[in-house]
Amino acid sequence: MMQTTEGGLRAWLTAETPQSRGQARLGRVYLGWLAFSRNRLAMIGLGIVLLLVLMAALAPLLAPYDPYRQDLSQRLLPPSAAHWLGTDAFGRDILSRILYGSRLTLMIVALVAVTAPVAGLLIGTVAGYLGGWADAALMRVTDIFLAFPKLILALAFVSALGPGIENAIIAIAITSWPPYARIARAETITIRKSDFISAVRLQGASTPRIILGHVVPLCSSSLIVRVTLDMAGIILTAAGLGFLGLGAQPPAPEWGAMIATGRQYVLEQWWVATMPGIAIFVVSLGFNLLGDGLRDVLDPKGK
Amino acid sequence: MPGRRHVIKGTGLLVSVALTFLGLLLVTFLIGRVVPIDPVIAVVGDRVSADTYARVRQELGLDLPLWQQFLRYVGDVLQGDFGTSVLTSRPVLEDILRVFPATLELATAAVIVGVLLGIPAGVMAAVHQGRWPDHAIRVIGLIGHSIPVFWLGLMALLVFYARLDLAPGPGRVDVFYEGLVDPVTGVITVDALLAGETDVFWNALHHLMLPASILGLYSVAYIARMTRSFMLDQLRQEYITTARVKGMSEARVIWRHALGNIAVPLTTVVALSYASLLEGSVLTETVFAWPGLGLYITNSLLSADMNAVLGGTLVVGAVFIGLNLLSDLLYRLLDPRAR
Repeated sequence: MMQTTEGGLRAWLTAETPQSRGQARLGRVYLGWLAFSRNRLAMIGLGIVLLLVLMAALAPLLAPYDPYRQDLSQRLLPPSAAHWLGTDAFGRDILSRILYGSRLTLMIVALVAVTAPVAGLLIGTVAGYLGGWADAALMRVTDIFLAFPKLILALAFVSALGPGIENAIIAIAITSWPPYARIARAETITIRKSDFISAVRLQGASTPRIILGHVVPLCSSSLIVRVTLDMAGIILTAAGLGFLGLGAQPPAPEWGAMIATGRQYVLEQWWVATMPGIAIFVVSLGFNLLGDGLRDVLDPKGK
Repeated sequence: MPGRRHVIKGTGLLVSVALTFLGLLLVTFLIGRVVPIDPVIAVVGDRVSADTYARVRQELGLDLPLWQQFLRYVGDVLQGDFGTSVLTSRPVLEDILRVFPATLELATAAVIVGVLLGIPAGVMAAVHQGRWPDHAIRVIGLIGHSIPVFWLGLMALLVFYARLDLAPGPGRVDVFYEGLVDPVTGVITVDALLAGETDVFWNALHHLMLPASILGLYSVAYIARMTRSFMLDQLRQEYITTARVKGMSEARVIWRHALGNIAVPLTTVVALSYASLLEGSVLTETVFAWPGLGLYITNSLLSADMNAVLGGTLVVGAVFIGLNLLSDLLYRLLDPRAR
């Protein structure tokens, strides 16, 4: 307990010779955090993302009006003290709709960020670890998906599945996994011949156990960086689908769909289309700044 | 035998491209099959006898096993038969050939914007690495990556068209000029020059400026980032030091020697960003009512015109594969070390 008396938590975290695995891990995280928090832009990004989460969680408390309640006597009002960001064509308060819309944005990002990287990780590690035919076949499929422009492929999937936010999420997830599979495969190939994998195999570990228990964790950090950097793209694609009328359907307060409905008023009642666009911009900028900072910390190769 | 190795490499490349294209066909085929719309009803309507229904079903080949249907589909596509569009009741390929030049024009103009702004920006960032121009360009790039392109287009129309009256409204030319020149290539600016109609040319160019700049901004960020990292690699090399020691001017060192050496990888970057512009054009064309492939696909989507959607998807995918192949070939052709 010397550490706690001499420098408290900080010394314990930065100890040269950690006493336990947990201490070593926390120490690494702490050092990473120190590097990350020196990056002012990355901290701004983190702030924006945390703000988004707060907005989504507290939307019912923060929103001054019901985001769905129409009041035609209040339609297309410019920003004022009563309606900070103005009202839309149905007299709905734009600020309230943006606040509630943050839930949809967060849901889309979270669902895609959970499914696509996991699929990519599994495909990539299996292909890389097994090699041979499995590798060739899986990577061929990956290349085919990479050969499509993402948005066009997502459009084609949505057209097959029908418009709607769930289908938009599925379409985006289907089109986002290939880069993850590539990254995971490349990482797997560099580690599959290493001594510790051979040692685990000699101990009799099964192939699924080696892949899930030993290969996947080592591929995760480069994948996390990539996922964070992709989140802005996911938000933009979802908003684009919403804008085209193929994502979230009205009256859902999805930001892209809100821009689409404000489009016909853009020359006179500019705020209807402008405000949700600013929300999309700020949030995706936040994710981009965060991902950029994380890359500097977690991936020293990338400079 | 370097010649023979080349041939083997070349066939390997061709086989891989052919397989990718086949996969592309498989994906569009499968998407076409999971659509909840019954293709028979789309043709004959839902008020027909069971006999007619069965006959049309057979004519369309829908009673065959799936793999035979796929073979038929591949055969049709290779013969240029993408089916008929429900919306325009013309063959889809004809429609696509008609709208594609507009997209080509927009994407080409956008790539020119991207090259003219992106390469100097990347060079500046590399030369001033770690100082404010570098940071400024990085932040601008991040901002560019975060703005929804359709929203930026709307805002540009609001500011430059509605408020400042600097740019014309949506569309390819003013209504007044529409149909004045015969479509030879389909690219209005070229057609106008061929016909000697300078008024139409300037008007079309004027219309092109805003959408092309908006779309081009996206390739600016990518081209600048790649230029920067290529330049940083070069500036570390000894020949740069040698050139400086010889007393060569800094401008010559950077713009002739270093930039000259990264010309080859930059060509491939430009080819790749050209491909990604096709994607951006879907949203940009919608905002600017630009009658290209992107607008065609979205309009067909909204009216559930599956033949048109899948045909458009296929063409975009094929162009994408083609451009990737082209950038690969360019690299091998231009870079003596890759031969």
